[in-house]
Amino acid sequence: MGDIMVGIVGFGSYLPCYRIKVESIAKQWGSDPEVIKRGLRLFEKTVPGLDEDTITISVEAAKNALLRAEIDPKDIGAVYIGSESHPYAVKPSGTILIDALGIGPEVHVASYEFACKAGTEAMYVAYSLVKAGEMKYALAIGADTSQGAPGDALEYSASAGGSAFIMGKENVVAEILFTDSYTSDTPDFWRREHQFYPRHAGRFTGEPAYFRHIVNAGKNLLKKSKMKPEDFKYAVFHMPNGKFPQMAGKQLGFTKEQLETGWIVPWMGNTYSGSSPTGLSAVLDVAEPGDKIFMVSFGSGAGSDGFIFNVTKKIKDVQNKAVKVRDMLNNGQIYLDYGEYAKYRNKIILNE
Amino acid sequence: MISPKYFREIPQRYRLEAGKCKKCGQVYFPPRLICPECKSKQFETIKLNPEGKLLTYTIIRIASDKFSIQAPYAVGIVELNDGVKLTTQIANVDFDRIKIGMKLKLVFRKIQDEGAAGLHCYGYKAIVI
Amino acid sequence: MKDVAVIGVGMTQFGELWGKSIKDIFVEAALKAIENANVDHIDSMYVGSMSSGLFVGQEHLGAVMADYLGVSPIPATRVESACASGGIAFRQAYLEVASGASEIVLAGGVEKMTDGADVTEALATAADQEYEVYQGVTFPGLYAMIANAHMYQYKTTREQIAAVAVKNHKNGVNNPNAQFRGEISIDKVLNSTLVADPLRLLDCSPVSDGGAAVILCSMDIAKKFTKNPVRIKASAQASDTIALHSRKSFTTLNSVTAAAQKAYKIAGISPKDVNFAEVHDCFTIAEIVVSEDLGFFEKGCGGSAAEEGLTSLESGKIPINTSGGLKSKGHPVGATGVAQVIECYEQLTGQAGKRQVKNAKIGLTQNMGGSGASCVINILEAL
Repeated sequence: MGDIMVGIVGFGSYLPCYRIKVESIAKQWGSDPEVIKRGLRLFEKTVPGLDEDTITISVEAAKNALLRAEIDPKDIGAVYIGSESHPYAVKPSGTILIDALGIGPEVHVASYEFACKAGTEAMYVAYSLVKAGEMKYALAIGADTSQGAPGDALEYSASAGGSAFIMGKENVVAEILFTDSYTSDTPDFWRREHQFYPRHAGRFTGEPAYFRHIVNAGKNLLKKSKMKPEDFKYAVFHMPNGKFPQMAGKQLGFTKEQLETGWIVPWMGNTYSGSSPTGLSAVLDVAEPGDKIFMVSFGSGAGSDGFIFNVTKKIKDVQNKAVKVRDMLNNGQIYLDYGEYAKYRNKIILNE
Repeated sequence: MISPKYFREIPQRYRLEAGKCKKCGQVYFPPRLICPECKSKQFETIKLNPEGKLLTYTIIRIASDKFSIQAPYAVGIVELNDGVKLTTQIANVDFDRIKIGMKLKLVFRKIQDEGAAGLHCYGYKAIVI
Repeated sequence: MKDVAVIGVGMTQFGELWGKSIKDIFVEAALKAIENANVDHIDSMYVGSMSSGLFVGQEHLGAVMADYLGVSPIPATRVESACASGGIAFRQAYLEVASGASEIVLAGGVEKMTDGADVTEALATAADQEYEVYQGVTFPGLYAMIANAHMYQYKTTREQIAAVAVKNHKNGVNNPNAQFRGEISIDKVLNSTLVADPLRLLDCSPVSDGGAAVILCSMDIAKKFTKNPVRIKASAQASDTIALHSRKSFTTLNSVTAAAQKAYKIAGISPKDVNFAEVHDCFTIAEIVVSEDLGFFEKGCGGSAAEEGLTSLESGKIPINTSGGLKSKGHPVGATGVAQVIECYEQLTGQAGKRQVKNAKIGLTQNMGGSGASCVINILEAL
């Protein structure tokens, strides 16, 4: 904590306009869409166009964050992008983003990877560098265009999108009060080098992985802060589907209402490293000064990052300066059938 | 994509940097060494406004090998608000909706891939606003 | 400048010449021209070819063809100006004779497009690589944008544009060297595959192999070789911006208007004095726009002129593309400009058979590169 306020100065998100419904995927594999919708509490997901990837999503999200922060890009001292679908295995996504936005060249750039929590990792490091006095502003992004293997359960939820946060000490709109991280070797979901699709361990991804890490990180945050669930207006958890975050919230003592505003997964799908960050962005779009926000991410492999935010008066100055998450979610959607979806997701074997 | 060739065009493709003739004010995109209008060689760098309108367009159905996976796609000539005209794809739009005169905005997208192992090549595309 | 004459011509069949290499094709055309001209030697030669490098991996065509024609060590020059390569090769040959630097010069053009290269990519090198092609636009795409602009501005219709293809195919029936020798209907054009809206497959000139050559010499020695020399009354060339988007208008081709103005001035004539023309119909819309920019019709009226038959062989005010044009004759890129001159020569010497224009005295060829970034216009006259 300390005397000086450190936190989010600008935030922004980007979601592609393409969508595919559970019905279209279920039809492809001969499954019952109603069973899937009930089980996952998910109706449709975002799909990136052939011309979109983690880098283009990050650039557009960061543009929105800059519109809200209204700072000179050259004052950004670090750019961290967390993703599990970086377009290059070697060449950080941030190197392209900085030239697109006129950041640097005196800037530190790195890519983060930790399944679905790479975005919050970037946020933690960016925040820490600003707090340590290393730089005026640091940009953290969580963005993904993750793949679900054809016919696999994850195909219904793996989607695309991302959010960007500029951390700083001046004109903070959401102060970071506490953080916590909880990590272990829990092999619930992984992807080997050169493999196109990830692998997962079925039901093992639940209690021993997702719930153990989120709940422990969550409990530690509550202990550190000496706060109770009732003190919070909003709670955001990693959203691999609609059901898990609601269950995690319940285990920690939060209500469905506290989760509601950030609970965008039924229409967005699981944007992996963009998941809880975009849930947070959706909350910040409408939050009021004094609101407390509880957020815990989860990345398979496994670990969780937790944050407690306090929304400041400055939030009202910035909310309308860029497009809001729900506006992107609910406008301009173009629905695809499975064939178009497979083409956009490079799931079709082409002739070399 | 030859690396140096791609790298040289980054300021234009990523940031829409153009050259404005200091003498007569004409703006060139990409920037030039000599102004065709007044023959001056003095220019200043400016960033173009990404909004504009559609002057003409087509739908590419048969593309070169590199772009064939993207076909069919719309391509048009856009006149930006500061007078500069450029050629760009029009993304995320129903072909039937495209009309000459419609308002567009340039956004950051991936333009092409150099095969499975080469560079990802980025730049601008237009979307309807 | 000396007066220059065309004294002989030769061309190959245009089409898919699987069994012939680029060398075979050029040499065949050149030998025919040399024989037709009755010359026993040539002093210099020009080879127009847009992209032998990308199509067959061979550059340095001047040297290659001089070698295979058996005329080394004469000077041999490759000329490139995209689709205007042939027409400009002809103009360079004309200038070399007119200047007195050489007596007898061969102007030839050739393209070998069917050896498996990515034709769309090779043709697109005629456009702006970094700001047009990089974005995914194709060569047909550029002309499609011109078509859409012309239809928007002048209410030109799809049927009017298709009429050009129908007319040219009708003419091509009577051209033994044409790639396509069958009539087509407006319906057939409008139902063919879309290439770049609104242009369809039958709006586009085909992919072709072919070669064409002509022999030029100064007028004062021409009668030594042929009873029927044809005078080059004027040759003019102009350029325009490489990118379509840099132009002030997308419906007027400045390289055409500028070259035409110069050519008419040198020839001392006006558009109405031209009896027939070979015009660069790489796409149907191109013929419409060019027919306006050459001054044959008011701006915007090229479409209705085509529809009303004003450019037809039978009843036209000014027959355009009696050879079948690029559309039906074929468009081996580098050879086209020279083949246009050959059609003029045959018309002006009464050798055009069923394609003959009555009282053909003055003919015009218009050859252009890319989306009109370069243009060369030649005016020829029967003696």
